Amino acid sequence: MIQECKNPIAAGDFRWIFAVTVKELNSYEERNNERQGAWAMSIKIEHLNYVYSAGTAFEKHALTDINLEIPDGQFIGVIGHTGSGKSTLIQHLNGLIRATSGAVYYNGENIYAEGYNMKGLRSKVGLVFQYPEHQLFETDVFTDVCFGPKNLGLPANEVEARAYEALHLVGLKEKHYRKSPFELSGGQKRRVAIAGILAMKPDVLILDEPTAGLDPRGRDDILDQVAKLHEEKKITVILVSHSMDDIARYVERIIVMNKGHVMFDDTPHEVFRHYRELEQIGLAAPQVTYLMHDLAEKGWSVDTAATTVEEAAAEIMKVLRTGC
Amino acid sequence: MNIIKATKLVYEYLKMDEEGNIESRHKAVDDVDLDVQAGDFVAILGHNGSGKSTLAKHINAILVPTEGTLYVDGKDTRDDSKLWEIRQSAGMVFQNPDNQIIGTMVDEDVGFGPENMGVPQQEIWQRVEESLKAVGMWEYRSHSPNRLSGGQKQRVAIAGVVAMRPKCIVLDEPTAMLDPNGRKEVIRTVRELNKREHVTVLLITHYMEEVIHADKVIVMDQGKIVMQGTPREVFSRVEELKSYRLDVPQATLVAHELKKAGLELPDGILSNEELTEALEHLRR
Amino acid sequence: MLREITLGQYYPADSVIHKLDPRVKLAGTMVFIISLFAFQSVESYIVATIFLAAVIHISHVPFGFMTKGLKSIIMLLMITVVFNLFLIPGTPVCKIWILTVTKEGIITAVSMAVRLVYLIIGSSVMTLTTTPNNLTDGLEKALRPLGKIRVPVHEIAMMMSIALRFIPILLEETDKIMKAQTARGADFESGGLMQKAKNMIPLLVPLFISAFRRANDLAMAMEARGYHGGEGRTKMKPLVYQQRDRMAYLILLAYFAVMFAASRIGFFAGLF
Repeated sequence: MIQECKNPIAAGDFRWIFAVTVKELNSYEERNNERQGAWAMSIKIEHLNYVYSAGTAFEKHALTDINLEIPDGQFIGVIGHTGSGKSTLIQHLNGLIRATSGAVYYNGENIYAEGYNMKGLRSKVGLVFQYPEHQLFETDVFTDVCFGPKNLGLPANEVEARAYEALHLVGLKEKHYRKSPFELSGGQKRRVAIAGILAMKPDVLILDEPTAGLDPRGRDDILDQVAKLHEEKKITVILVSHSMDDIARYVERIIVMNKGHVMFDDTPHEVFRHYRELEQIGLAAPQVTYLMHDLAEKGWSVDTAATTVEEAAAEIMKVLRTGC
Repeated sequence: MNIIKATKLVYEYLKMDEEGNIESRHKAVDDVDLDVQAGDFVAILGHNGSGKSTLAKHINAILVPTEGTLYVDGKDTRDDSKLWEIRQSAGMVFQNPDNQIIGTMVDEDVGFGPENMGVPQQEIWQRVEESLKAVGMWEYRSHSPNRLSGGQKQRVAIAGVVAMRPKCIVLDEPTAMLDPNGRKEVIRTVRELNKREHVTVLLITHYMEEVIHADKVIVMDQGKIVMQGTPREVFSRVEELKSYRLDVPQATLVAHELKKAGLELPDGILSNEELTEALEHLRR
Repeated sequence: MLREITLGQYYPADSVIHKLDPRVKLAGTMVFIISLFAFQSVESYIVATIFLAAVIHISHVPFGFMTKGLKSIIMLLMITVVFNLFLIPGTPVCKIWILTVTKEGIITAVSMAVRLVYLIIGSSVMTLTTTPNNLTDGLEKALRPLGKIRVPVHEIAMMMSIALRFIPILLEETDKIMKAQTARGADFESGGLMQKAKNMIPLLVPLFISAFRRANDLAMAMEARGYHGGEGRTKMKPLVYQQRDRMAYLILLAYFAVMFAASRIGFFAGLF
């Protein structure tokens, strides 16, 4: 680590030394460059509109002209106020909601084309709903996880192999496999539900507020598990969350939804730079961002883009050590 | 005066097998002593299964102690004849906003408690108006609860309890299912009730930012009280809190990191303002 | 699609009909339905039409809302009409393939259709202008005499009002679980009847569990707020008959008398 600054101009460079984390190095622009030509593996949304109860007095534009590209392997956060359209948006990605107009491409194929294999899409783009443990219905954990792969029409041994792997991936101990889902704790139940989706071997995993209602322990377990999956299996993860601190900790790209529009779509540092605008739409930046701005106002030359505790501490130490 | 006084309170869950024999015993609350002064804002922290919700249900006499005693406003909760008095002096708000609203209209729901108490009609209306105004939901009195946001529903639930004129309100994770704005709404409402109406508040939560203004913080783990004190006292023990896998406010965490790196910062920093001030002091 | 069920959906508006005592509206709906089936002549249908139109007009509820309830019985309506049209013997009017349409068939089919439609619209007027709680209050009070023969009137009314509050919540939940299971590759549309029934398990089991959980939570919340049955309970909105309710009863009586008279005129009877 470089601990002194030679001239004041270099202060900006420290951002790249102190505030840069591993995920930042893999920033999505770079990935995009790497993957040029490999564009086919992705989700692409073009001019997507979704209108509720069109033609009636209750007509409501839930989504307006959404254009997004989600290349393979990213870890994306989607944030937005309740009713901003984020849940509606993610349900378009696996065809649960059909757009009023516009198109969604998965691996280059228009999912609205006639004869498109929707079931296949749903296994490739796995969607974990809010409070997913409420959909558990089988008498034991293992059978429940088998439900997804069974629906794909796979042979029994393959179904079981996948269920084992999925339960292993979410870190559930084997002694629980034959228990009724209702004997498990809230966090465990939720992991079973996520395993139910993972057993379908998705390339994209979408989680709608996976930590809602969990305690800090359950929350950390789930998010760490998801991050590990992303790391090891290289699957694309789209995380919808209300917690800016969680988002800042894990994702490399943030999509901010507001009133059915995409308001920002950038790296966490860039998005949280707009913390005042985020506040105006009922969101906030991570607590640490506020701290950095407070310090900057008092004349500290800290980089206000820091979003996690570690980055903030490093920034403060830098200023104190160098005195600049 | 102690509005809540628990002495060596134990609550045991019994797991029965199919023949009705006792399979195992599990102490959900284990030897807890608790004193809450009238007018206090007490926060109880702990992860799921730590016994905090079980303890809360005792205060409303939904559960009664297996061993030990619990007095609420001077009344023993094991005394069946005092049951309705206890429920009136200690109101309870639950986690799921949908599952505790009984009325099909906001005002009807708030009137439900007073109706049960046999309050005369004229006074019910007066109480409904007062409590809905206290939580800022008066304009929504003739709305259907189904059309409200999560935070609004919880405020209606709080109004429903306030209308019973309790001395103490127990809130069992009232914000766990809400978005950040709903959470702020509810906490603001609860703090105002505590300050203005001097209602004793027992808030059960696992969100740290909700407890930093409490008069007292209690941390529970495996049925026992493991830490208690002012927020400052409790949050200065960062490592201990982490060992119970609880959150710490972000400002406290940054301060903790800085201290580990060798900075001399005071203990128990809770907010960004305090940290900024301490750092300013250090730089000078 | 699940949310379009109007039955039990209150439409808030400021009208005399809304303000009427629910017992009057219950009685009114009963009288209206009885009159539809008791008096079957063109004249009485005209009177019923005028009466219904007038009530809808005073209620300030858009007509579109009234007819929403019809969607759910459209199949029943079609079947009734078709059966009556072809299966009632009498004077033949025309022949389609091997089926004969008779004059009597047409008359019965039309009058059945009118009655069914009016029945639905008539009860929609009641549900749209009365809050569910008000309605159950009305039922509770109207049925109170049954309490003497140990019918738990208060409990039944409380159960009904709770059921009404939870219907929209459970419908939303059904929608959500359906989507969640679809995301796991479940199929609720294809297959034969048995297969379809089997496919419903992943939907129904979670739905029941959720309903039980909610019931459990709600019972606890009600107890926590001091609910201990109907005894010693006061009412926030007690039902007391007002001047307008007495007026409404008189109007109902008058309506019934006019219907009776209209059925006896037989002015149009010669036409058929």
